[in-house]
Amino acid sequence: MRVHLDSEKCQGHNRCYALAPELFDVDDYGQAVLLVDGDIPVELQEKARLAASNCPEFAIKVLES
Amino acid sequence: MTDTVDSRPERPGYVPPIFGDSPEGTHVWQRVPYDPAHYGPVSDFTSDFDHGDPAYNPVAPTVWKELRDGGCPVAHSDRYGGMWVPITHDTVHEVAYDTEHFTSRAVVVAVGRPGDLALPAPIGGAPPITSDPPFHGMARRLLLPAFAPKQIEPWEPEVRKLCRELLDRIGDITPGESVIDAAVQYAQHIPVNVIGRMLGFPAADEDLFRKFVHDALERIAEEPGTRDGMDDLGEYIYDQIQDHRANPRDDLTSYLLNVEIEGQPVNDDIAGGMIILLLIAGIDTTWSAIGSSLWHLAQHPEDHQRLLDDPEVMTFALEEFLRAYAPVTMARLVAKDIDFHGCPMKQDDWVLLPFPAANRDPLKFEDPDTFVVDRQENRHAAFGLGIHRCIGSNLARLELKVAIEEFIARFPRFELAGDVRWSVGQIRGPRELPVRILAVAD
Repeated sequence: MRVHLDSEKCQGHNRCYALAPELFDVDDYGQAVLLVDGDIPVELQEKARLAASNCPEFAIKVLES
Repeated sequence: MTDTVDSRPERPGYVPPIFGDSPEGTHVWQRVPYDPAHYGPVSDFTSDFDHGDPAYNPVAPTVWKELRDGGCPVAHSDRYGGMWVPITHDTVHEVAYDTEHFTSRAVVVAVGRPGDLALPAPIGGAPPITSDPPFHGMARRLLLPAFAPKQIEPWEPEVRKLCRELLDRIGDITPGESVIDAAVQYAQHIPVNVIGRMLGFPAADEDLFRKFVHDALERIAEEPGTRDGMDDLGEYIYDQIQDHRANPRDDLTSYLLNVEIEGQPVNDDIAGGMIILLLIAGIDTTWSAIGSSLWHLAQHPEDHQRLLDDPEVMTFALEEFLRAYAPVTMARLVAKDIDFHGCPMKQDDWVLLPFPAANRDPLKFEDPDTFVVDRQENRHAAFGLGIHRCIGSNLARLELKVAIEEFIARFPRFELAGDVRWSVGQIRGPRELPVRILAVAD
């Protein structure tokens, strides 16, 4: 599984950072930053799906392999 | 002051009408034909929608459902000089994203429109909420760092202490007998204290802040030019600016008086507008969310018990409170004529943006009128959508979470004990919330 974050769509709702801090950080302006480059470890895949399905701006996509 | 973004002339002894609504001379608000008889009870929300009817907020979710079920994705009203009301998530989303056809120059529907002395687009009277691109982004970047998650997290102990002090102040409780007002004695004091401290305003002015909020957000159907309370707000902010200029300190007001936009210092109108935004936007919104959440828990002991048994569920419950009881409806003015899904919207028509209605759209949320305490998929729009996402959302979440946690920890059981009085206008929440305390923590 991979995760794609569209930084143009992100408006800083901070939902991903709250739900999956292992995968997302926020910068000084509150914008999401994706921490994982490449495959998402199995134990974090559920959190990745949760982050994607709670983003109000549809800025996060989970690409299931 | 010279060389500032706004070139309005300074006159000696002249107090700028930062947000005023003066009857004579200045025209912060346009004069429009006004007949109070046009603002009576609504008979049909499809064609005569009015969120300023006191009967609306208590039953708003039913109004949205009836409009949707009746096949009306966009309601209309001749009130306020013409107003459209998208109800579905898709139509609300579309308006929020279209900054070309819809301007944020004014975001609180009122009888008048901004007049010739109001700061024009793309700035508006309370930037960045009243701003459009490209100014919006510049003003927003000045405020975002102060409200980013990592800046807000350290406020938690102080918010918790405040909530506990408020609960202490309620006094002796006899379980099963004592009735308290959870809105008046608790919820309304929390955000007003927090934002007052952040702005560096006197704590003793708390009552005044609530009056400003009432004047700005609830007295919307009054005649333009007669809303004297708006002048009081402008004068108060003007005085605070003078005081902070004379005695700079480590607070948001002093920070905003020293920021620059495109290499130029912001003038008092813009700094004052931003301060007004922070003061007004953070108060009755959060107070409403806290009140609505406690109103829900008073009627749903099973959700209350779940939060006590399983505190971790708060991560999801918090967002479900925000979805089901989102307090904030925004507004836009039509900037350019547009045919919006068959609705002939004309320049300067109002468009209401009921994010709370979007949050109950069955096309986006499963079983939307049911409160699911651990709802897993929840893309709610309580803090708006697009570039104007609520800048205080992280602070609002912190206050809401801590306020609920502390209230249910102190009062493990409580129930509704009488009639709830709801707010009037775009911010929806209980203003009087009598609850009977059934149990008190040791």
